[in-house]
Amino acid sequence: MSTAAQAPRTPTVVRGGEPEIAEGGRYLLDRQRLLGPLLLLPAVVYILALVGIPFVVAILYSFSDVTVGDQSIDWVGLKNFRDVIRNHTFQIALRNTFVFAIVSQVIVIILANILAQVLAADFHGKRVVRYLILLPWTTPIALSAIGWLWLLDNIYSPVDAVLRELHLLGPGTLWGPTRNMHWLAKPDLAQLSVLTVHVWRTLPLTTVILLAGLTSIPQDINDAAEIDGASYWRKLFYIRLPLLVPIAAVAVLYGIVFTFTDMTVVYILTGGGPVDRTQVLASWAFYKGIGGSNLSQGAAIALFLFPVLVGVAALMLRLARRTETS
Amino acid sequence: MATVETRGLTKQFGDGPPAVDGIDLASKDGEFLVLLGPSGCGKTTLLRMIGGLETPTAGDVLIGGRVVTGLPPRARKIAMVFQSYALYPHLTVYNNIAFPLKAQGVAKDEQRRKVEWASSLLGIEMLLHRKPRQLSGGQRQRVALARALVRDPTVFLLDEPLSNLDAQRRASARDELQRFQRNIGTTTIYVTHDQVEAMGMGDRIAVIEHGRVRQVGTPREIYDEPADTFVATFLGSPPMNLVPQNGLLLGFRPEHLVPAADSGNGAGDAAGFPFTVHREEYLGSERLLYGEIGETKAVARFPVTSPVVAEPGRTHDFAVARQHLKIFDAQSGLRTRGTA
Repeated sequence: MSTAAQAPRTPTVVRGGEPEIAEGGRYLLDRQRLLGPLLLLPAVVYILALVGIPFVVAILYSFSDVTVGDQSIDWVGLKNFRDVIRNHTFQIALRNTFVFAIVSQVIVIILANILAQVLAADFHGKRVVRYLILLPWTTPIALSAIGWLWLLDNIYSPVDAVLRELHLLGPGTLWGPTRNMHWLAKPDLAQLSVLTVHVWRTLPLTTVILLAGLTSIPQDINDAAEIDGASYWRKLFYIRLPLLVPIAAVAVLYGIVFTFTDMTVVYILTGGGPVDRTQVLASWAFYKGIGGSNLSQGAAIALFLFPVLVGVAALMLRLARRTETS
Repeated sequence: MATVETRGLTKQFGDGPPAVDGIDLASKDGEFLVLLGPSGCGKTTLLRMIGGLETPTAGDVLIGGRVVTGLPPRARKIAMVFQSYALYPHLTVYNNIAFPLKAQGVAKDEQRRKVEWASSLLGIEMLLHRKPRQLSGGQRQRVALARALVRDPTVFLLDEPLSNLDAQRRASARDELQRFQRNIGTTTIYVTHDQVEAMGMGDRIAVIEHGRVRQVGTPREIYDEPADTFVATFLGSPPMNLVPQNGLLLGFRPEHLVPAADSGNGAGDAAGFPFTVHREEYLGSERLLYGEIGETKAVARFPVTSPVVAEPGRTHDFAVARQHLKIFDAQSGLRTRGTA
């Protein structure tokens, strides 16, 4: 600190007559005590306005009887939470939220590992393939969900058309005799569809994170394993994958947060249907709170996400600290 | 035990000159052979081709008289120690050392016995449960050696294993490493750019430049009878003086440039040089005189105990005994039999 305070004064000594304030102004940004808070300010404002305040409001709402029509906050205690828990849809939504997040991330981590191992190898056109794999991540989720909506259309689905061409669908075939799968109309298939879109969407990011992890393993380590007589599989399972675990954990935690809090896919693809069978907490909170005008219940539903996200965030911070110290 | 031989070994990366350019080299059984050269001379590429980590563009590698060019590293029965040591960071020291044994499917008891043997040989028994990041540089180097040792390799390949140690530790590690090699008697190929390491440890040294072997010989041969001007100036600190005369280059070591009066055995056996001294450097155990002979820079070296006084700014009569004069062709840089 003492050096920072002295730095602006030195030039005035050298140049003699110049006013100290003008010199001090030139070196204003060299003062860490000023620069630090200045650089942090936008982030603090952003988090307060878009996360902090809405979060406090949500907690307030969840203990009150606020609706879109009557915005006076009257205390009702735990009534909203009791009502939500008793609701049959809540149990479906809660289960779906966990199933979608966990199952999709299990599938993603396996597929991403395979993809990353392939992409880490040297082959012709590697850059193009990497670019193509990243594309789903760069598309806005609302747009890509609409694309999937068309792909899985109950009547005009191109997926069904392909299945019919392969003689898997239609009269006298394996999945016949109907000419359509009705992807979004049957509960199981609708859930499978939501899951598939989640996998399709988070796979690129996880792959890229794992790829970065793979390329950061020093070549010497791979060479040493080679010299030590390890076969490809031994190298994969005893050297490369164990070394990837910390970074893979980060990727999985990110994926869980993304899928756990996402409502867009369900909202666009199925609208929570058929009969709430693909509802998740985020989408159900939206339908109750905004669609059904019951702000207080919507807030209560959304707050059920909170403990899980706190847990995931704590895990992430712990991982980050561990990689810092090692 | 085995010998290593390369025949016309060549490696080319992309266009441009080859990194290794048709090297023929043969080690003797149990020998400590040093590959010495400046960075980028191709010595590490040569070592990696012997180890099977690089595929040669042309030529063959033979280990124990058998052509192994097409074989993967694990089929060559070699062990390698890397500059970075390349320990597996997620495994304990024990599991690091046991890794090659596990890869070969050695029985658990035998694994334990071998790890204990290797770790006691290198004095790291008390470190077996630590992770590599909890070790010092010197300890890591021993773990890397132990890992190389447990599999009874026929050849050791060492790639600058001392360069990550501080200067003090390096001197003792040099001594340990050489004694260790004498002990186990395994043919060792050692890559370094450090002439002190090469001179101090090698049974023989192969000096490499631009992917070619310039000279192979014992440290004494390389130092006393350099085959060309590159070898002459790469070894020795300060390097050999090279003074042009009649289309030839006269080479002599700084310690052989002495006042004409001291050159001894009569004028006939010594070549005289007028040496203009510019400055003197005092280095504790020795003194260096920097100056010029004609237009060429030259250095003379004396032990501090020598009474020679040569005033800077003046030209003095210096001389080199004829047996210490090495004559090189000015164009090719190669040693010639001609006389000055």
